[in-house]
Amino acid sequence: MFKFLPHTEADIKEMLEVIGVDNIDDLFAEIPSELMGLDLDLPKSHSELEIYQRFNELAAKNKELIPFIGAGAYDHYTPSVIRHLIERQEFLTAYTPYQPEISQGTLQYIFEYQSLICELTGLDVSNASMYDGSTATAEAMFMATAARKRKSILVSRTVNPNIIKVVETYALYRNLKVEYVNAINGITDIEDFKTKNSKDYAGIIVQNPNYYGIIEDYSAYREILDETKGIFIMNHDPSTLGILKSPAEYGVDIAVGDGQPLGIPLQFGGPYIGYLATTTKLMRKMPGRICGVTKDTEGKRAFVLTLQAREQHIRREKANSNICSNQSLIALFVTIYLAIMGKKGLIEAQTNSYNATHYLFDEVTKLPKFNKVFDHEFFKDVAIKTELDHEVINNKLYEEGILGPLHLGKYDEKMNNVLLFSATEKRTKAEIDKLVKILEAL
Amino acid sequence: MSKIVEGLFYTNTHEWVKVEDGFAFIGITDYAQESLGEIVFIELPEEDDSLEKGEELGAIESVKAASDILSPITGTVVEINESLEDEPELLNTDAFTNWIVKVELSDESELEKLLNAEQYKEICE
Amino acid sequence: MYYDSLIFEISNKGRVGYSLPKSEFKSYNIPKNLLRSTEANLPEVSELEAVRHYTNVSTKNFGVEKGFYPLGSCTMKYNPKINQDISNMSQFSLHPYAPMKSIQGILEIYYETQRILSELSGLHTFSLNPYAGAHGELAGLMIMRKYHMDRNDTKRTKVIVPDSAHGTNPASATVAGLISVEVKSNLDGTVNIESLKELLNDEIAGIMLTNPNTAGVFEKDILEIAKLVHDIGGLLYYDGANLNPILGLARPGDMGFDIMHINLHKTFSTPHGGGGPGSGPVGVVESLVKYLPSPVIKKQGEKYIIEDSNETSIGQVSHFYGNIGVVTKAYTYLLTVGKENMANIGRYSVLNANYIKESLKDDYLLPIKGICKHEFVFDGLIDKSHHVTTLDVAKRLLDYDVHPPTVYFPLTFKESLMIEPPETESKATIDDFIEVMRTVAEEARVTPDLVKGAPYNTVVKRLDEATAARKPIVKYSDLLK
Repeated sequence: MFKFLPHTEADIKEMLEVIGVDNIDDLFAEIPSELMGLDLDLPKSHSELEIYQRFNELAAKNKELIPFIGAGAYDHYTPSVIRHLIERQEFLTAYTPYQPEISQGTLQYIFEYQSLICELTGLDVSNASMYDGSTATAEAMFMATAARKRKSILVSRTVNPNIIKVVETYALYRNLKVEYVNAINGITDIEDFKTKNSKDYAGIIVQNPNYYGIIEDYSAYREILDETKGIFIMNHDPSTLGILKSPAEYGVDIAVGDGQPLGIPLQFGGPYIGYLATTTKLMRKMPGRICGVTKDTEGKRAFVLTLQAREQHIRREKANSNICSNQSLIALFVTIYLAIMGKKGLIEAQTNSYNATHYLFDEVTKLPKFNKVFDHEFFKDVAIKTELDHEVINNKLYEEGILGPLHLGKYDEKMNNVLLFSATEKRTKAEIDKLVKILEAL
Repeated sequence: MSKIVEGLFYTNTHEWVKVEDGFAFIGITDYAQESLGEIVFIELPEEDDSLEKGEELGAIESVKAASDILSPITGTVVEINESLEDEPELLNTDAFTNWIVKVELSDESELEKLLNAEQYKEICE
Repeated sequence: MYYDSLIFEISNKGRVGYSLPKSEFKSYNIPKNLLRSTEANLPEVSELEAVRHYTNVSTKNFGVEKGFYPLGSCTMKYNPKINQDISNMSQFSLHPYAPMKSIQGILEIYYETQRILSELSGLHTFSLNPYAGAHGELAGLMIMRKYHMDRNDTKRTKVIVPDSAHGTNPASATVAGLISVEVKSNLDGTVNIESLKELLNDEIAGIMLTNPNTAGVFEKDILEIAKLVHDIGGLLYYDGANLNPILGLARPGDMGFDIMHINLHKTFSTPHGGGGPGSGPVGVVESLVKYLPSPVIKKQGEKYIIEDSNETSIGQVSHFYGNIGVVTKAYTYLLTVGKENMANIGRYSVLNANYIKESLKDDYLLPIKGICKHEFVFDGLIDKSHHVTTLDVAKRLLDYDVHPPTVYFPLTFKESLMIEPPETESKATIDDFIEVMRTVAEEARVTPDLVKGAPYNTVVKRLDEATAARKPIVKYSDLLK
């Protein structure tokens, strides 16, 4: 017997009798015999004690470091209650809320999640979430090109290169064309945008704070896009939206981004969550699930999946997106995070991150071998250039238990001497001072 | 048994066409609304949009289904039935009085190739 | 009771539920033009208020640990607790840009998981980057397309999909730039070979199949189908949604499939999380390995490395390396089950399904007779004289604390009721379910209105879905209007 398989010999015998076959293998008789009779190279069955041994062994092969890196994944604080709540079996082990009468829990938190995303972005409607910020950005491109019936899109070069790569992949196979708007001194070159913008393009994708951590002022973009009926897509770190001008205030049509900075543990890149919010006008072009409010037969408020006719299970080949599930449990995570942190806590955590990053910048650029790169306001990532070799720096920091900055030359040769640092509310002054001291000694 | 109105032109994709004063009114049939169930949204074209016979003119969504509306004829949209934007359920109430678009025909001879009530009835059976 | 409130409705100005250390840094000021002018209306609640609120929200859900969950094509098996404990270990929650020497343990989990998936599926290599089944399917079809593009075989723009396929299949094809063409199914949902032959030509990029199919029937002609498709230069895609019944018994790779995805949240228990996060690894035969999404994780001697493969591959489909937290759970499960028990997963799930099917076929209409695999479809009640529909049956099951089967899918039957009882369910549970199903069938005959009015014991009754879609209320502030 095995703990996940409850069948006793007697059970099996009785069940086979009802079915009318002699043994279980008769149930597989139609599978061609040449496909059966496998002897696979699989690990042996591990007891719980052996599982812990194995994973402790694996854990020992990792090294936990103090991160001074962000670039799309931030080491923010996670309130303790979240994990306890999301691991309740009612949330954890349920599936898609197709039977609303027994899924009001999932549906209600999705509704709360959508409401919170709308509050942060200022937009009219949010879906139930997507895989990550990069795929949400690609899906926004699909929405824009479908809504405008145009086959090309503009993307600012200040968007995170990994997001760009995902957008490029999604565009390539769907026969869409991606054209770039140049960056100038770390921000989107608005003149280049004006020159390139035309009715050939469904719109533009920008990022805020951008890849270099710079808070770009996109105030002039709405008007430029209106001339061509272009769609304004902004990838925005949602954690900074307690403070920064919202996508709606910039006249954005579709706001997307990764919810990871809302306290989601780093987990080596996932699971995170993509959010996507838009205007009422574009609501029916949205991918993914949407939860709405309705009443039951007794007039009681209730929640239900709505506008389902957009989705793949109904539209099939005519659907604008193939997304089926969302990142539901992570949407719950984000919802509880925003409830616990609340109006005040979200701003405080991010203000502290902002101040810590600025302190880091001030202290590091005081060192003779480190200088500022850009003249623009930044949030919690900052580019610093140095004459030192990035590998020397990061190896030294590693020895001291620190995960050093991202080497921007990895994605852009012109940035070979530029490093992208980041600090969050979790970084103490002592930790930053230690970092500075190590850098000073190099 | 769904209703079929005599004297209209029909398609095998369940649209109808009524010609009045040189303009064509296009709608969906009673059979179509019945199969879709509770209609919740209609995507309409805009005025001055040109329509191609057999091409997508708009779409209809019900709670559990979605269907494209295919234009039975070639022409230009002169008016859309705006009341359907707020009350799509009007199509469930009466699919034949609630037309969807009013069109200026490009080629009247196209009408001859459409089905009459008798022929359409056979399709629905 | 305030338990039914939204988090916004229990909010009180000034209340907090968090604590942060006092800032050690001086304040730097953000220029005014970059600040938002209206504040975001986030909730203000104490910690207990939040905890109680979400605890109450949770009680309005039905999960696998509460009761039987025979949702077809979803494999709602038990989700072992230890999966969570392992996945929560802080040593695995590292930054995705951490240097390779500091993440050898994580990379080993990734590598070993993909190796075991390869062994179980008979395909050469897997990428764990896709985030969900539909995402793996999209990556897989991109691979199919890229393979033909690289050979300048630009005519191949069509992919064959059976009419009984999951809705994601044709949708993924469209997103990957392919045109799906439907092949007719036989009554049992298997591919009609004659119809297939008519479709095969040099415009076909490949075919997508689920085997066993959505009706739980194994495609017994699979070897012939594979030959036919390969002979005209097409590739075979395997939708791994229904992998559970053949796990460790037969392998898609041996059947002739070239590309497949696996749903770790279904077959490998990670769990479903109310609809994600899942994980949808995509696997391929040796000749297609170079197309797997970038980045790839490889073993080089004793070291594990991450390699950018954007140049040769389909490109990148995820920001980083997929849902690693989910992969860790799947690896835990694979180690727990191990070689000794792997093949019994499929055996017992198939045993459970056939036992239910045979026990209920006098009350529910069984359109496909004979042995099924892990799931099967009833076409509603046999006795339809009282107009009790599949929806009514499903709603009545709620009153008996059973999660209803999948309803109205596959589309090939009008009143589809698709039942999948995973291997983790005991005969006692299943006997209870059979009893309940018989009771509901009896109620449908004797007191049909009782069934049509169900559910009665749930927190809400049947919902008005039409108004929700006509006049969408999709956020809290809409409710205040």
